[in-house]
Amino acid sequence: MPSLDAKKSGALRRAALAVLTLWWREMTRFLRQRSRWGSALAQPLVFWVLLGGGLQASFRPADAPAGTGYMEYFYPGVLTLVMLFTAIFATIAIVEDRREGFLQGVLVAPVTRTSIVLGQSLGSTTLALLQGVLFLFLAPLAGVSVSLLSLLLVVLVLFCIAFSMTNLGLIIAWRMRSTQGFHAIMNLLLMPLWLLSGAFFPVTGVPLWLAWVMCCNPLTYGMAALRRSLYLAHPIAAGAVPALAPALGITVLFGMVTLLAAVHTARQQAL
Amino acid sequence: MASYGETQYAVVPPATLLEPGITMTGVWHRYGTRVALADVSLQVGRGEIFGLLGPNGGGKTTLFHLLATLMPLTEGQVELLGYDLRRAAKAIRPHLGVVFQHPSLDPKLTVYENLRHHGHLYGLSGALLRERIQFVVQRVGLEDRVNDLVETLSGGLQRRLELAKAFLHAPSVLLLDEPSTGLDPGARLDFMAYLEHLRDQEGVSVLLTTHILEEAEHCDRVGILHQGHLVAVGTPDALKERVGGDVVVVQTPDPAGLQSQIRERFGCEPVIVDGRVRVEMAHGHTFVRDVVEAFAPAIQAVTFSKPTLEDVFIKLTGHRFWESTGHAEP
Repeated sequence: MPSLDAKKSGALRRAALAVLTLWWREMTRFLRQRSRWGSALAQPLVFWVLLGGGLQASFRPADAPAGTGYMEYFYPGVLTLVMLFTAIFATIAIVEDRREGFLQGVLVAPVTRTSIVLGQSLGSTTLALLQGVLFLFLAPLAGVSVSLLSLLLVVLVLFCIAFSMTNLGLIIAWRMRSTQGFHAIMNLLLMPLWLLSGAFFPVTGVPLWLAWVMCCNPLTYGMAALRRSLYLAHPIAAGAVPALAPALGITVLFGMVTLLAAVHTARQQAL
Repeated sequence: MASYGETQYAVVPPATLLEPGITMTGVWHRYGTRVALADVSLQVGRGEIFGLLGPNGGGKTTLFHLLATLMPLTEGQVELLGYDLRRAAKAIRPHLGVVFQHPSLDPKLTVYENLRHHGHLYGLSGALLRERIQFVVQRVGLEDRVNDLVETLSGGLQRRLELAKAFLHAPSVLLLDEPSTGLDPGARLDFMAYLEHLRDQEGVSVLLTTHILEEAEHCDRVGILHQGHLVAVGTPDALKERVGGDVVVVQTPDPAGLQSQIRERFGCEPVIVDGRVRVEMAHGHTFVRDVVEAFAPAIQAVTFSKPTLEDVFIKLTGHRFWESTGHAEP
């Protein structure tokens, strides 16, 4: 009889293997579908250039030091938008997996729903992160100079943001049978989350009710952590947002909570 | 080959090799008020191919989903390899190979990649996994296509890959839902030959659902599922013997009239199915001669045949096989 410890480590190895193989599949599929390469990157870039450029002249971010243009203010917001779009694209693939039938084969395999969700989620998060890092190369264009330490922090924050956005996407995707409905719900849920996170305009000076909504929005803290990490050396340039430690704490917590919710949803679905 | 199942990744070895593959007792399933399965009991032995025959909507897929652990069992008892389905679904899964009615392959991946991911999900890896992939692709004749994307394979080859995938982890029970959907008759025969090979070489228990009568003919035993009820179980030959001899079908403009005339004249019990008069009897060939001599002006056509599983279905349910599905099929 194998000992209990051996059994446990065997189960852990199997779970890790399942997560890894589902993650690897997401990578392979992404590399094969060239049309997906640019789509999640191009759209935010267009947003940044057009909206940022257009509002540059008339919009002065409150509380920001003189010389901070809108292009610069909007830059971290667009980084988050890259995470958001990739999460949406990647979770649509989950709905397609169900429709095309791949998922049914995974569901009868001896793997837990937790492994399945983790594999899907980490796969999407990795893709989002890759595109986010690519977008980070444009930081000098925004007028942001980043040290190595702050770069590492930024990547960590982006990971947490992408992870929680993907998990939110999965909560919806596991319940959906069609991609059309999915689009509608995602736009309704995730876009306001992003708009009201301080990505587009700061909380300073908005009507009180809106300020309350923004304070309750978990993504506000992801945005704050992102700004704090980008301007690690010049805290004043980050504007009037929560400090790094609480912002990062809430962001990590949000990632955990959404993961648990996604796993719970997956367990409820029979097929 | 069989040893892979025990040593490498089985969570718990099968309770005993003498246990039958599948045992169902008194299984019911309801969707709201609609009854999908009504008191179904059946047994599939080790190394047996059992065909579940019935029209679409007869309850086959419900039964399949229950056995595949994709749906909770609400009423009745199911044992797979001696494991209680309700309590030990986790322990059953590693021993289960499943082929779905709809494809479960990733078309954007190659044959090899599909099999590798599947193997990983069943805890296989490294040299053992490579060996198993090699083995199953040879078995289904896909060895020269391993590096091709699945979307470039024909429907028949994709079906074979489904079977290879289901058998990759050397399961003891294979469940197949309408496995030959979309296959031409030649490919269908090939597919059945693979199943027979698995049964003979590996002692696998196979349960397949089908609405194709010719496919059911190839099974060791057949169960006929009609509106959720298992109306008969037996070997195809034994089932056909129930029909009683030959089947003669007479086409006429006035079926009711001819039915009573035949009843009076020959003392048999003709039935009307689908607007035609049907008689089952021994020595049907002499009856054909007699009935044509007696009622020639009223007869448009006469067919004489040995009983098929469709005749069994008609006898047991009073319906033509395709009638209840509501759409035209072969």
